[in-house]
Amino acid sequence: MNVIIDNFPLYVSGFLQTLRICAFAALGSLVLGTVIAGFRVSPVPPLRWVGTAWVTVFRNCPLTVVLFFCAFGLPEIGVNGAYFWFGVTGLILYTSAFVCEAVRSGINSVPAGQAEAARAVGLTFSQSLTSVVLPQALRTVVPPLGSVIIAMIKNSAIVGAFGVGGDLFAVGDTLTSSRGEAVLPVLIGVVLGYLVITIPGGLLLGLLERKVAIAR
Amino acid sequence: MTEPNPARPMVRMAAVDKFFGPLHVLKKITLEVPRGQVVVVLGPSGSGKSTLCRAINRLEPIDSGLIEVDGRPLPAEGKELARLRAEVGMVFQSFNLFAHKTILENVTLAPIRVRKLPVAEARKTGLELLERVGIANQADKYPAQLSGGQQQRAAIARALAMRPKVMLFDEPTSALDPEMVQEVLDVMSALAADGMTMLVVTHEMGFARKAAHRVIFMSDGEVVEDSTPQEFFTAPKSGRAKDFLGKILTH
Repeated sequence: MNVIIDNFPLYVSGFLQTLRICAFAALGSLVLGTVIAGFRVSPVPPLRWVGTAWVTVFRNCPLTVVLFFCAFGLPEIGVNGAYFWFGVTGLILYTSAFVCEAVRSGINSVPAGQAEAARAVGLTFSQSLTSVVLPQALRTVVPPLGSVIIAMIKNSAIVGAFGVGGDLFAVGDTLTSSRGEAVLPVLIGVVLGYLVITIPGGLLLGLLERKVAIAR
Repeated sequence: MTEPNPARPMVRMAAVDKFFGPLHVLKKITLEVPRGQVVVVLGPSGSGKSTLCRAINRLEPIDSGLIEVDGRPLPAEGKELARLRAEVGMVFQSFNLFAHKTILENVTLAPIRVRKLPVAEARKTGLELLERVGIANQADKYPAQLSGGQQQRAAIARALAMRPKVMLFDEPTSALDPEMVQEVLDVMSALAADGMTMLVVTHEMGFARKAAHRVIFMSDGEVVEDSTPQEFFTAPKSGRAKDFLGKILTH
């Protein structure tokens, strides 16, 4: 296990890189996924079509393919930038489809009368969504969203492989491939790094779930 | 803005048709709710009276015909419709108070978000309205903590907070325990006495007799009778109305 202690700074930098990828991707996919969910329940048919197409494409494409498109396809059509942002964008696009469906299931769990009452007092569709429906959907959405975000954190390991580098998984790869360290202890260190993010994340979600519970 | 014209009815429906799939729920409905009057809609279950009520603020879109509120035809889905709904108060059978907001927040949400009233002012009027319906002491509770009667009175206050031109009541007492019906009817009677224009779908014959200017009797999606309460309850013209009254007034 000395390899972990000896390379601790490298592990820490990998951990921080993974955390950066996940923080941007979580924020981006939560916002984007919620907007797309709004599209999918909108009274405007073209918006619903866009939402459905979005989910169909990104939920059914392997993440690696989406990442390939972002990292190597985007530069071909003249979009230039750091691989970090291509990777994060790919992860956001992919995860937003799952966030959208989780949020939409939450929206459907809110009794129809709530939205009717909101419309009846004169709120527009987006106002009734943001001030009446979504706050109540949150309660049912937290557990499935937690699973989506945890899956996203694990998927960040794939992002690292698309020219981004420097994340936890890449650290493991560097130590085993380039420096010839034994695989098992190195990977145990990598796993610990992920657990440090996902386990407290899960606990935080449990806390949030209790906080947003609403009596009916 | 058009000038209010006392001769123009507040709500006008002309030849309104509505289908639920093959079911013809509203058949060539033509009726008027004059300004300042209380029109009570009676009829057996499934006669289309709730659909009629919900069609007026387009919670149920109609298939053909015309609906006008204060002289303006109902707009299609969008901002215009939201503006119209802000002027038409609605009270539901199942209250539909916003479950995640306190009673006072329920009453102030639309004035703040739609009318852009300052929060302090909205709260002040909100509390006055809650006082008027007798539940000011419940202002900071959540809907689930109130009795059905209190919830329905809060829902009435929520609708009144938008200063509506007309109030629609869709079976407002049907989901209530018997001992709570009266407190809601009292609030509605007080509103009627203040000159509010109201369309009330109900099974409360006592309310229809006392507070209504007109009674509309519906059956199988049609307006069968449109008369004064006096006339309707003492001398109904149609067989269907006689049958209906016979069933509910014998006990």
